[in-house]
Amino acid sequence: MAEPILELRAVEKFYGPAQARIQVVAPTDLAVYPGEILALLGPSGSGKSTLLRILSGLSSPSSGQVLWHGQPLAGPCPNVAIVFQSFALFPWLTVLDNVEAPLKARGVPAHQRMRRSLKILDSVGLDGFETAFPKELSGGMKQRVGFARALVVEPEVLFMDEPFSALDVLTAENLRGELMELWLGKKMPTRAVFLVTHNIEEAVTLADRVVVLGKNPGRIRTDFRIRIPHPREHLDLRFHEAVDYIYRVLTQPDLVPTPQPEAEAPAAVAALAAHAKYPMLPHARPGGIAGLLELVNDRGGRHDLYRLADDLALELDDLLPIVEAASLLGYLTVQEGAAEITPEGRRFAEAGILRRKELFKVAASSHVTLIRQISRALASKADHTLPDEFFRDLLDEHFSEEESGRQIETAVHWGRYAELFDRDASTGRFFIPEETAPSAGDEAAGN
Amino acid sequence: MSIPGLSRSHIRERTWPLLLDAAVFGAVLAAIYAVLTTVHYWMGVVTPAAHISRSPRALPGYAMYSLVRMTVAYVLSLVFAVAYGYLAAYHKRLETVMVAVLDILQSIPVLSFLPGVMLAMVSLFPTRQLGVELGSIVLIFTGQVWNMAFSFYSSLKSIPRELREAADIYRFSPWQRFLELELPFGVIGLVWNSIVSVAGGWFFLMACEMFVLGNHDFRLPGLGSYLQRAAGAGDTPAILWGLGAMIAVIVLIDQLVWRPLIAWSDRFKIEQVESSAAVSSPILHLLRNASAVKWIERRTLRPAWERLTVSRPGAARPAPGPRRVWLVRLAQAAGLLLVAAIVLYAAWQAFEMMRSVTAAAVSVTLEAAGATFLRVIVSLLIALLWAVPAGVAIGFNPRLARVAQPLAQIAASVPATALFPVVLLALVRFGGGLGVGSIILMLLGTQWYILFNVIAGAIAIPSELREAADVFRFTRLQRWQTVILPGIFPYLVTGLVTASGGAWNASIVAEYFHFQGKIMTTLGLGAQISSATDSGNTLLLLLSTIVMAMLVVTVNRLVWKPLYRLAETRYSLEG
Repeated sequence: MAEPILELRAVEKFYGPAQARIQVVAPTDLAVYPGEILALLGPSGSGKSTLLRILSGLSSPSSGQVLWHGQPLAGPCPNVAIVFQSFALFPWLTVLDNVEAPLKARGVPAHQRMRRSLKILDSVGLDGFETAFPKELSGGMKQRVGFARALVVEPEVLFMDEPFSALDVLTAENLRGELMELWLGKKMPTRAVFLVTHNIEEAVTLADRVVVLGKNPGRIRTDFRIRIPHPREHLDLRFHEAVDYIYRVLTQPDLVPTPQPEAEAPAAVAALAAHAKYPMLPHARPGGIAGLLELVNDRGGRHDLYRLADDLALELDDLLPIVEAASLLGYLTVQEGAAEITPEGRRFAEAGILRRKELFKVAASSHVTLIRQISRALASKADHTLPDEFFRDLLDEHFSEEESGRQIETAVHWGRYAELFDRDASTGRFFIPEETAPSAGDEAAGN
Repeated sequence: MSIPGLSRSHIRERTWPLLLDAAVFGAVLAAIYAVLTTVHYWMGVVTPAAHISRSPRALPGYAMYSLVRMTVAYVLSLVFAVAYGYLAAYHKRLETVMVAVLDILQSIPVLSFLPGVMLAMVSLFPTRQLGVELGSIVLIFTGQVWNMAFSFYSSLKSIPRELREAADIYRFSPWQRFLELELPFGVIGLVWNSIVSVAGGWFFLMACEMFVLGNHDFRLPGLGSYLQRAAGAGDTPAILWGLGAMIAVIVLIDQLVWRPLIAWSDRFKIEQVESSAAVSSPILHLLRNASAVKWIERRTLRPAWERLTVSRPGAARPAPGPRRVWLVRLAQAAGLLLVAAIVLYAAWQAFEMMRSVTAAAVSVTLEAAGATFLRVIVSLLIALLWAVPAGVAIGFNPRLARVAQPLAQIAASVPATALFPVVLLALVRFGGGLGVGSIILMLLGTQWYILFNVIAGAIAIPSELREAADVFRFTRLQRWQTVILPGIFPYLVTGLVTASGGAWNASIVAEYFHFQGKIMTTLGLGAQISSATDSGNTLLLLLSTIVMAMLVVTVNRLVWKPLYRLAETRYSLEG
């Protein structure tokens, strides 16, 4: 195997102050080799983007080493480029000026800049758009400019941070195809591509090697090669197997993955420490959970997650929290990439709106730590109210500030649905609604 | 007989660029003349109290002097604002202090800077007119710089992370980053705040050009002093002439500078999709097409831009070595220490001075503060009473808006201080006092902020909400309660904040006025600051300034901040 271009050695990342720091990335080793497209997959909060930013030198690790051809790296990597999810084009510069900007930073003289930029724009299908401003272009065209700007510096490694997720399905498919054409036809001087994505099919379609991350904290769960020749067909059995394998790993956070059939040498399988962690509330709305349960129930009580995502037209990032929430509540069990409904789940799926709320109330208060804590704390106060900072402080010991906020938001949705508690939007105080049952029930039925 | 193929439009098309170039050259010549005259005058022997003629013939010259002063002050403000915003945004340790300082400086009225600034500048250039002129310029500067600095600071803070990362990963040089990312991102905020600031400059021009400081008389030739002198002599025709000249200058600047700037800054809007409504400026269009301008751009701007944004080839920027880091740290620490020493010394001096404050002075000051506070509230209430219904009516009715908005804009651009002599003339005739008059002046200066914000708010209310009100046959009261007032609330709060700040500042000019050879005054904090400046009573000036700054900052914290939060959470139309 060749020498890696970029390498992470025991890289860790923490956020927050030293006393109460939160680990976002557990010690991780990862190498990018020449000639490969490496896809990094994982649920949100698994540190995908953080790893990309550490590898590209945009941010530095809290501990561990980043090596560029064996040399330690300080500051942004000398010869890489990034294609951003939000395109990150300068809106006040024309398409041509946007592509020229990185060349200016390298001191390329004017006529050469122009020549190289025009050539690149031509190769991504943007000739004729030189003087347009980004806001005049469609999303797909904007991302083409993003690609042109990245390729014009002839980067050794091309980083892509969910480059297709802001585009519609057809445009994304089209751009992926064109990217592969450039890559396979060796029409770009880039030696390796590093892709961050949450789309499993995308990873399996493009990548030579897939690394799946787990969350809390972010860590590598499996790392394997995909040897299906290009162009890859979605109907190919091997394609389906790879997708299915990734689904199984992703939907069972505590499973130590058995190596995938096609996995080989560098595939490291990370062992999992049993975390005695504060359980995290998955960010799903009660309505979404109910919808999922109804669907599984309709399909006979058992359904492949892979097909479920298709049926619901959901991205993995959106589906996983709902599945997690349903299993947390004891409504669903997940085995071998399939979801199976429990008797409680069936009862919930078949109940009417008022009965559902009651069932949800019971399930949430017995299974969900945060919900239980909030309602107990409120009940123990004489006036039944508490400021939301109280719970925020409690969560801040376990989560980043941003995540604590999201936990609170989700808890509010669940608490409202269960009619356990509510929060006043203007004062930010939690309270137990007066005389919950009849009046609130009517309102909910009206929804 | 006309030559075939050369129709009239052809001729116009050919001669237009020629005329344009001629106009551009004319403007350049005029600017050179203005600069030369001003330099000659500034370098001349110091005459702090120039004779101010009341003849309309003197007006063009005075207008030029005022314009030069305003321009220099504005350029100073711009440079300072950008530097201050930059420093505050990128130095974590300085940030909190710098923002707090900005907050306080913003609440200090212009006149309170007067003694310090004048003494410093005059002692810097004791023999040249330059000292006095710089004093006046710095005064104008103190009235307009803070909101610009704040605007640039918050623009820098709100640059999207991925744009920053793009600049990082492609290793932009500091200059390229500044010119192609940071400055463009802040341009729109800077332009709008510049307009507000310069309007503020006109408002205080009279105070900044002619004043008494203890036993020194300062009179600088300019529109502001012309108006003051005309008012002092009760010369109605002269007042009207001066007012007319000032309005003419302001309208010209609006057309020649601000409108083209707004239209030009449209390209810096950070939006994903192109919006249909764009500001148009015929002047900008002409400027873009004048070949002289193009020639100048090609020869000067473009090479300069290229030089600044393009890095030297092969210039790898190594991370600063440990020695350099150490040096930079040392320099920073020294700078901080120096600033801290100056601040401490000034605070100590102020404290020493404050020790001789008598209880009587404090109680008078508090009483005056109460009176001004009441006036500010009354003026805001009156403004609310007429501007909210009018603004909503204009905002809901596009046809009315087309007629009313330009009119309101012209009315708003006339500095209220310039109108004040006219108001006073009327007041004296009908036997009113300055107690009422000062409320009118505050109102003149601040009602527009409320009106314009309400119009914007009313336009922003989605038409579906209004249609819903129609469908459900809401009563008039219900409509105001559930649709209109909540809908315009965030805008109304913004308008009220600006208006109350303006009203406090206006109290200084409004409560104390030289008119028809007498001093008209009334009880109030503004009057106290003005008279303390006039009589050179630094102690009283300091005391009243501190009280005013504290009042304004407290009101901001206790009233406006919570209202802002409410507007952002509960009454936001998003989501």
